[in-house]
Amino acid sequence: MSIPASTSGAPIIEMRDIQKHFGAVIALSGVSFDIRPGECHCLLGDNGAGKSTFIKTMSGVHKPTAGEILFNGRPMRFDSPRDAMEAGVATVYQDLAMIPLMSVTRNFWMGREPTRRIGPLRFMDFATANAVTMAEMARMGIALRSPDQAVGTLSGGERQTVAIARAVHFGARVLILDEPTSALGVRQTANVLATIDKVRQKGVGVVFITHNVRHALAVGDRFTVLNRGRTLGCAERGRITPDALQDMMAGGQEMATLEGSLGGTV
Amino acid sequence: MSDASAIKDERVKDTSSLRRALIRPELGAMVGTVAVFTFFILFAGDSGMFNAQGVMNWSVVSAQFMIIAVGACMLMIAGEFDLSVGSMIGFAGMSIAIFSVTWGWPVWLAIIVTFAICVSIGALNGYIVVRTGLPSFIVTLAALFILRGFTIYFPQVIERRTIIGGVSDAAAGDWLAPLFGGKIGQPLFAWLGENGVISVFERGARAGQPVVDGVPMLIVWALALVIFGHVLLTRTRFGNWIFASGGDAQAARYVGVPVNRVKILMFMFTAFCATVFATCQVMEFGSAGADRGLLKEFEAIIAVVIGGALLTGGYGSVIGAALGALIFGVVQQGLFFANVESSLFRVFLGVILLFAVILNTYIRRIITGER
Repeated sequence: MSIPASTSGAPIIEMRDIQKHFGAVIALSGVSFDIRPGECHCLLGDNGAGKSTFIKTMSGVHKPTAGEILFNGRPMRFDSPRDAMEAGVATVYQDLAMIPLMSVTRNFWMGREPTRRIGPLRFMDFATANAVTMAEMARMGIALRSPDQAVGTLSGGERQTVAIARAVHFGARVLILDEPTSALGVRQTANVLATIDKVRQKGVGVVFITHNVRHALAVGDRFTVLNRGRTLGCAERGRITPDALQDMMAGGQEMATLEGSLGGTV
Repeated sequence: MSDASAIKDERVKDTSSLRRALIRPELGAMVGTVAVFTFFILFAGDSGMFNAQGVMNWSVVSAQFMIIAVGACMLMIAGEFDLSVGSMIGFAGMSIAIFSVTWGWPVWLAIIVTFAICVSIGALNGYIVVRTGLPSFIVTLAALFILRGFTIYFPQVIERRTIIGGVSDAAAGDWLAPLFGGKIGQPLFAWLGENGVISVFERGARAGQPVVDGVPMLIVWALALVIFGHVLLTRTRFGNWIFASGGDAQAARYVGVPVNRVKILMFMFTAFCATVFATCQVMEFGSAGADRGLLKEFEAIIAVVIGGALLTGGYGSVIGAALGALIFGVVQQGLFFANVESSLFRVFLGVILLFAVILNTYIRRIITGER
């Protein structure tokens, strides 16, 4: 996979020195991050590093205590996830992406259902909704038996793909993926990574949160590592080795000892 | 679309159209309905259960269950319970009687003000649930006691009794009361009587009139609410939000569904349905009693669950709930026609509930891929 030329463009979102405090707890103490069109920027960090808090700040769930968010170069405040979504920042959460009891179409259009007017009444336009859903799923390489199929009948990877396809269909310019591969098997992970690549080629900036270095290296163009609420460093593809990245994530020293005892299998 | 059909996954089994038509949330209730009707046609077929009067008898009872089941069904799909339905029925009926009989308000005003009060109480229930995050089970259990308490307290303090009659006299000539207590289709039934399709009274003051002289508004309300609920749930954007709110409130919020508003509106709708029930009942009996509506909340929930709804929300069908209510009404009245000891009603109901839920769970697993 080569790095698309468009990665050199101006950032869509730039987060500068973001801090977030919850009462006495300092969750983020100065994180900087930016995302350009058509790149996959991986956000790595161990549990508790502040990844989730950080992306929730980016997607409008939390408001930063201090720091600046620039959207297309202009200062921006998202007051709600809805605001962020309207600006083109879509987030796919690991386990909250889809509602298993509902059909693929109902999930795909949830919150943005197309309507059709019959006299004074407005109904959901299922003909359009089903046709678009089937077409988008086919483009992502998922064969649905029918658009009425419940999401619960899909595999974990397929669910992530539906969520990603939904975000892209609704005009996401920045797609935040919160640990999309952490609960998946090998084959499904490969599918999701391939989906990320497809989305990136459309010029969408992808923020890929993971704690798996191999998954990150498979698709990432840039890598930012968080540790204890801070940016530990940012590296470009090809300028960092997997080992160096792994060490940075775990905070260096302790990992080296651990790895020794496990025979380098982590 | 041609792309979509071209890709074929070898692991997706082809399913027959018959199987697809059968595998639906209402299947359990449909099977139950067929079973119950078969049973009573065999054992009570010649008892008068299926002549005009008999049909009207169990239809009215079923319609009562249907009215509250529609509200309970939509609320359950939105992920919440309302245990205060029964108390709300008693409270609403008493409110109409006190306003119209004791205070002498016109009945239409009493009805409108009662609707406003009860729907506001529904909204308050919903508001407390979404604000505190407490289980609706607990919040509405509190409402169950509070409303029932007031329903007994107010008439005792004001009139020194717990049944207030005289609503019929007050309602005479009122423009709104017939919407709940009236009947429609009298000319049709008169015509049917004249032509011998349904029997007519042979003597007495009403000689020559058909034994069934019209369809009570109660049944009209039940059918209207079922159709309204079904269309809202399956054909509109708001319906999708109801499913989403009950399926996974947090996931729904993340994509911008106003979950709190949806839930509060469903609590209000449930209260509305309970008030419709109460108003029809008060207009029919001409009185309000402090013990009206006892245990109705459980009957509504049972009908909804027989109808295929999932107790934890996000899944269900209004048509299923309506069939559940029909099963309920037919069994309750049918045992009387079949000359069976009426206490067996509960046994029968428990058995149907159990079988319907087992079948429903099995079907739901097929549809949703739950494991």
